[in-house]
Amino acid sequence: MRIQLALASLRQHPLRTTLAILGVAVSAAMLLDMVMLATGMQESFRSLLTRQGFDLRVAPRGTMPFDTEARIANAAATEAALARVPGVRTVSPVLGSTLHLRRGDSVHAAFALGIRPAMQGDYEVVEGSDVAGPRDVVVNALLLRAIGARVGDTVQAASGYDPQLRAWTGERTVVVRGVARFFYLNAQQEAMALPLDALQSLGGAATEDQVSVFMIRTDGREVAGVRATVQRDVPTVSALSTAEAVASLEQRVSYFRQLALILGAVSLAVGFLLVSTLVTVSVQERLGELAVMRAIGVARSSIALQVLIEGLVIASLGVGLGLALGAVTARFLNDILKDFPGLPAAMDFFVFSTGRAFRALGMLLVTGVVAGVIPAWRAASLPIATTLRGEAVG
Amino acid sequence: MSPDPMLSAVDVSRDYPLRRDAVHAVRGVSLEVARGEYVAIVGPSGCGKSTLLNLLGAIDRPTGGRILLDGRDVTTLGDREATDLRLRHIGFVFQRFYLMPMLTAAENIELPMAEAGAAKAPRRARVRELLEYVGLGERAGHRPSELSGGEQQRVAIARALANAPSLLLADEPTGELDAKTGHEIIDLFARLNAEGMTLLVVTHDAALARAARRTVHMLDGRVVDDGTP
Repeated sequence: MRIQLALASLRQHPLRTTLAILGVAVSAAMLLDMVMLATGMQESFRSLLTRQGFDLRVAPRGTMPFDTEARIANAAATEAALARVPGVRTVSPVLGSTLHLRRGDSVHAAFALGIRPAMQGDYEVVEGSDVAGPRDVVVNALLLRAIGARVGDTVQAASGYDPQLRAWTGERTVVVRGVARFFYLNAQQEAMALPLDALQSLGGAATEDQVSVFMIRTDGREVAGVRATVQRDVPTVSALSTAEAVASLEQRVSYFRQLALILGAVSLAVGFLLVSTLVTVSVQERLGELAVMRAIGVARSSIALQVLIEGLVIASLGVGLGLALGAVTARFLNDILKDFPGLPAAMDFFVFSTGRAFRALGMLLVTGVVAGVIPAWRAASLPIATTLRGEAVG
Repeated sequence: MSPDPMLSAVDVSRDYPLRRDAVHAVRGVSLEVARGEYVAIVGPSGCGKSTLLNLLGAIDRPTGGRILLDGRDVTTLGDREATDLRLRHIGFVFQRFYLMPMLTAAENIELPMAEAGAAKAPRRARVRELLEYVGLGERAGHRPSELSGGEQQRVAIARALANAPSLLLADEPTGELDAKTGHEIIDLFARLNAEGMTLLVVTHDAALARAARRTVHMLDGRVVDDGTP
């Protein structure tokens, strides 16, 4: 009967109730989005770095991976030295460079990654096949469209152009074997990948026996220890563990996270005020009814419970609606933010975590109930005779 | 004096503090109501009739004196006990009916029974019985806004009877009704009293006061005439 009374009371003012539910829904959606945003970048970045199982990234001494154009010389010897470090299971060299792709009259400069196909962690093939031989390349969809090619087509690849000779240098005919999605490159960047040896030889002396970064998988022992050994035994490189990279990002985006948390707290406060206001107004309008209920023997606890249920119903429906609304807006905002230049295409800003989302929305639900406590207490504590006399005079 | 009064007020007073002074709404009223009696309390507006009714019904607490219902001092009861007393032993009828607007007639009558913890099936059966009793068997599913004033007051009476109280208190029950509808309520009260219900009504309505078997006159918070037969 209490639930029935609470629902009936809410149904009595459908417009007001609907608006309050929508208000809570907006508040819940904002809270959900802020929770997703507060941790989304880190989660996304962590999953980006760990998706291929690499624990360490090794760059030229004093640099971050791909932060500068600096390269590691004597790559073969360095690779061998890294492979000897206890705990290192796999060493995957990667060279970053620029190649010009020509097809007919069109020329496109694209970022090129030289990799070892069997152990690379930079892309996944989404169409066709991976590179196998020295004349194979995979390109991203953007580059494929730009050069007007299809999988299986041949194109000319060159490492540079000599303006004096008016001729392309390091030129080679390559076959587009497949379309790839590059994890660490931004969506607007035209990119390709080819075997490391092929890219090194295309670049001539400038890239011979050079790599930009080594990706390392450890055998599961303590990564920090492996990292320290790498730093000590291979003096030409700096090693960065995934945990350090994530921590570094966390530091960089802490402002973002704080802002999201503040906005999330504001959402909670707005939800609280909405429910509190609506329930208070509802109680205020029904003072006579509530006093009569008390007069005919309805207990204080029943009255308080009924008012609390009203708050809970508004908060529950708002939170349910907010969950859907938050998911839709997060997706929309994520698509906008992902278009920011310089960000990896696989990076997300809003990452849904069931546990966190339900904890946050649970908090809003509890807030809704707490918001009903003061009006519920007020309703339950009405002086019956005085209220009835006031109603009779009114 | 009744040999075995159901309800007794002994030197009851009720003051309301007002800045430096106090309003003496009820001053030293003593009254006894026997089981099965039908008493009308009359007097000019502001003479303390409704205040006395509220005190007798344990809605309000007196400043002085004692009120005994079936020998039990209701003035010493805590809120929980007083609420339970009102729920199970006293029925209230108000001038403005005060039905829950969002509930149907049947649900309004069911409310005190649900609060008293009655099971659904007996509750529903009792609602049907009461609606038939007040002549509204066909109006069970109607909300108060769909009922006339007289019908609403009959639903309110049925609600007051829901938990089979031993005492029915009514505050100006015909005050909002026209003469014809008021008479229907007067007849209903007479029927109830004839069946053994103890009734205490506060009224300005001469016809209702005449229908009672005893009339208590109040003036300035005091009983000035008690027409005990």
